[in-house]
Amino acid sequence: MGPMASVGRRRSHPRSLPSRLVVLSLGVVVLPALSACAGKASAEGPHHVSVQVRIHYSAFEPGQLTFTRGTTVTFVIHNTDPIDHEFIVGDQAVQDFIENTAHPAHDGSVQGQISIPAGQTRETTYTFRKVTTFDGELQFACHLAGHYAYGMHGPITVTA
Amino acid sequence: MRRRLLLGGVVTALVLTVGAGPALACGGLVSPNGTIALVRTTTLAAYHDGVEHYVTGFQFVGGGAEFGSIVPLPAVPTKVIRGGNWTLQRLELEVNPVLRDARVLAVGAVPATESAIVLQRKQIDSLDITILKGGGYAVGTWAKDHGFALTPDAPAMLDFYAKRSPIFMAVQFNARRAAARGEQIGDAIPVHLVIPTDRPWVPLRILALGAKPSDPIEADVFLLTDRSPSMLPVPSGDFAPGPVASGLTLERSRAASTGLLADLRSDRGMKWLPTSGMWLSYLRLDAKASDLSYDLALDTSPSGTPSRVDAGLTSPGSRDSAPSALVPVGAGAALLALMLVTRLRRSGPKVPA
Repeated sequence: MGPMASVGRRRSHPRSLPSRLVVLSLGVVVLPALSACAGKASAEGPHHVSVQVRIHYSAFEPGQLTFTRGTTVTFVIHNTDPIDHEFIVGDQAVQDFIENTAHPAHDGSVQGQISIPAGQTRETTYTFRKVTTFDGELQFACHLAGHYAYGMHGPITVTA
Repeated sequence: MRRRLLLGGVVTALVLTVGAGPALACGGLVSPNGTIALVRTTTLAAYHDGVEHYVTGFQFVGGGAEFGSIVPLPAVPTKVIRGGNWTLQRLELEVNPVLRDARVLAVGAVPATESAIVLQRKQIDSLDITILKGGGYAVGTWAKDHGFALTPDAPAMLDFYAKRSPIFMAVQFNARRAAARGEQIGDAIPVHLVIPTDRPWVPLRILALGAKPSDPIEADVFLLTDRSPSMLPVPSGDFAPGPVASGLTLERSRAASTGLLADLRSDRGMKWLPTSGMWLSYLRLDAKASDLSYDLALDTSPSGTPSRVDAGLTSPGSRDSAPSALVPVGAGAALLALMLVTRLRRSGPKVPA
């Protein structure tokens, strides 16, 4: 089973696209990924999908994501900005720790944590094992100085 | 992208850099630990006989580290020289007496993915100045590669200006050279650019770069023209129709005194200034960063129609990019001179990147 269309009720970034556009971008970005992953299903299993994420003007597109429990997702993150960014998946504790501690670049050795140099594309894989129980329990974010406060974070919903 | 004459520089230098790692050539003016802070940026732009004279000065506090800034320019400067020593201060005195103690190069649109082109390099005192031509991505990449740590709002901001004018001035402060020269932290270093332009605009939005939405943005803007200019958006105190410039107030609008003009002419590089017949406008900017979504477009021609594009109200090429029909100014002399001084006082912390 692949990721569900991530239709959010709120914007995760004050400068991100309105939710309707987010839905549209999901149609453009995620759905092709779903198609692609359908082809991969036999090799990787039905719970392994690929999702394209674009970073532009220090904002994630799409701005929020929804998956079903047990899905392993390979995020392919395209940084179109001339500055570096990060893509960190985790709960609030993970986000707070990385936000508040000095840390080196994320080399991908930790699931769901990757640094994306300016103008580059990087991948990281994460398995969503638990259903989220409240909005914002799980997030994806960038923690380079000032980026989270600027709005570079979005919620991930995991359903049963 | 359309480019006419550049307003002289009109731009106020903005600091894009922050603390950098040891491998970076240039650290940040606003470093993560707050040891360096930009306290003021002063800019003068003047236009006469198709040539813009642009003077900007940087004054910083803190010590030890290096800083850098990037200034969007309306066109390509033909000269980059050291500015005069008292021009900016004399203009401030004019409105605050109690304090008395190349011809235009083709600058067409640049593909976003191409590298920035270095048009000119110059050292002035402890400043390393580079004039760049390129899209927002290209200039951002150049800045990053040269040690500028751009704030997260920089990509959008650079694109915003590059779509209007792909010319930027990158300024890097070399602390080591400053120490060798005996320069003191707090000293202002004036830079004088000679820039042709026929359409003046003052980039105000960039003053909010790196600021939090609630941060106050303060600047003094001086205009010296041969007639009262039409402005867009319209500052309070002006009575022209058009969208209002939130936080911008026209404090003074009157004929420039011959004494002021004589004083300015006596400074280095200021002989081009007419001896009389100039109009002085003084505008005070006091806005929250989140409200500073505009630039200030000027028109001193008889038509008095500042460009919505130059005001940052409309994207270049859009249907709404035609000049705004504001109240025409009266006929006047052919001579046009524009002088602008912006003084930036940022009391709020910048967001480090």
